[in-house]
Amino acid sequence: MGAETVALEVRDLHKSFGSMEVLKGVSLTAREGDVISMLGSSGSGKSTFLRCINLLEIPNAGEVRVGGELIRMRPKNGRQEPADRRQVDRIRASLGMVFQQFNLWSHMTVLGNVMEAPVHVLKHPRAEAEARAREILEKVGLGDRMDYYPSHLSGGQQQRAAIARALAMEPKVMLFDEPTSALDPELVGEVLRVIRELADEGRTMIVVTHEVGFAREVSSNVIFLHEGMIEEEGPPAEVFTRQKSERFRQFLASNL
Amino acid sequence: MFDLQGYGWMLWDGLQMTLLVGLCSLVLAILMGLIGAWGKLSENRVARAAAATYTTVIRGIPELLLLLIIFYGTPTLIQGIAEDLGYDIIVDFNPFIAGVLTIGFIYGAFATEVFRGAFIAVPPGQMEAARAIGMSSVLAFRRVMLPQIWRFALPGLGNIWMVLIKATALISVIQLEELMRKSFIAMGATKLPFTFFFTAALMYLAITVISMLGQQRIERWANRGIRRA
Ligand SMILES: Nc1ncnc2c1ncn2[C@@H]1O[C@H](COP(=O)(O)OP(=O)(O)OP(=O)(O)O)[C@@H](O)[C@H]1O
Ligand SMILES: [Mg+2]
Repeated sequence: MGAETVALEVRDLHKSFGSMEVLKGVSLTAREGDVISMLGSSGSGKSTFLRCINLLEIPNAGEVRVGGELIRMRPKNGRQEPADRRQVDRIRASLGMVFQQFNLWSHMTVLGNVMEAPVHVLKHPRAEAEARAREILEKVGLGDRMDYYPSHLSGGQQQRAAIARALAMEPKVMLFDEPTSALDPELVGEVLRVIRELADEGRTMIVVTHEVGFAREVSSNVIFLHEGMIEEEGPPAEVFTRQKSERFRQFLASNL
Repeated sequence: MFDLQGYGWMLWDGLQMTLLVGLCSLVLAILMGLIGAWGKLSENRVARAAAATYTTVIRGIPELLLLLIIFYGTPTLIQGIAEDLGYDIIVDFNPFIAGVLTIGFIYGAFATEVFRGAFIAVPPGQMEAARAIGMSSVLAFRRVMLPQIWRFALPGLGNIWMVLIKATALISVIQLEELMRKSFIAMGATKLPFTFFFTAALMYLAITVISMLGQQRIERWANRGIRRA
């Protein structure tokens, strides 16, 4: 592992909705193989931060670099917008996003979901994409559910399928937005197990989660976000044993 | 029961023409509806205004009047423009095309509302996942949005089709030889209005009944993968 290679760099990200500033200058550096967990109470801006990284939301200011490549922005009416739509699409294809609500395409089977972007975005040959999709689905334990439609799967299975869909793009960085928050408690484990496996393989990941135990065991770094700012940050061994921030201490106390 | 006095084939031809003009109008209405719905939901103010004008104008004018305006007005307009440009041409408008344009435009306005509802009904996470994985907006629309709107649009489109097919009878006033016109001709020749109008009525009814059965099948297809509540 080239531990010094930076996979994702976010610098001084700002985002406002109307007059409400949701992100007030957030920076983050993920080297290859890093697993960065992001904690924070509801409304602290965690989802918005992830969505700014792949430009589902357009940040008002700040820089995002994926694999060293800066996402170019240009000013427009006192705000900014992406300078090159194609670059944005290309960068998005290299960032695997996993949503809280899975968002599997409901008119396609599980296999169809996983093959879709490799075939239509990366233009991989069908047969090759299908073989690869089957491999990944086996890996996440859905070998016997490939021909099912998403609505016929449990939440845990749907989320594993969504992870497979992201993995099929061979992303440089995976972005998880509370991947287990919509699941029944008994289904959380099977999804966390898959994410843990990915971490063990050395995948670079940003994981927004409320699972403090998971964050403690899996992350290389933990970030605690509060009202759009990083309130505490460091390796889990440090931040979980002694907190500099009183708020983070309270957050942990109420989330354990 | 009926003695059609050898005019049965004539009605049959008329029925085929009715179906043809109806299907062509439906295709146009669907296209107009998709464009109109895109306009209504667009962030572009001009597109929104254009779509709103379209649906308002269409809804505010009687269908028959619109048909006559398109049939008689368009050639005059084209000839006028040609004259201004120094050409002397006679444009003879084909009643089939005039009919399809009229019916297609009118029902396109209704289809606009149907598709607008369908676009909104597709959960936003579907398009979001498509954009997040790197699909361009066109690709995401084609691969993710378009296949899913039918589930929500089909009931409304089915209704539009059934009203539309009856509205094609209007086109008989500009001499298109569809079912209505043919039954008129047969009636004129035989002086048997009840026989021919009643037969035509049964034929229209048959189209509707068959369409309803077809609609059920198509809806089942469009709902594949969706768990029934
Ligand atoms: N599209 C939007 N328009 C307006 N306000 C928004 C929008 N998206 C998020 N917000 C607001 O921004 C703030 C941060 O939202 P965000 O979803 O990023 O929080 P979060 O940390 O992910 O919370 P949660 O744990 O509940 O998911 C909230 O106050 C939210 O209401
Ligand atoms: Mg969130």
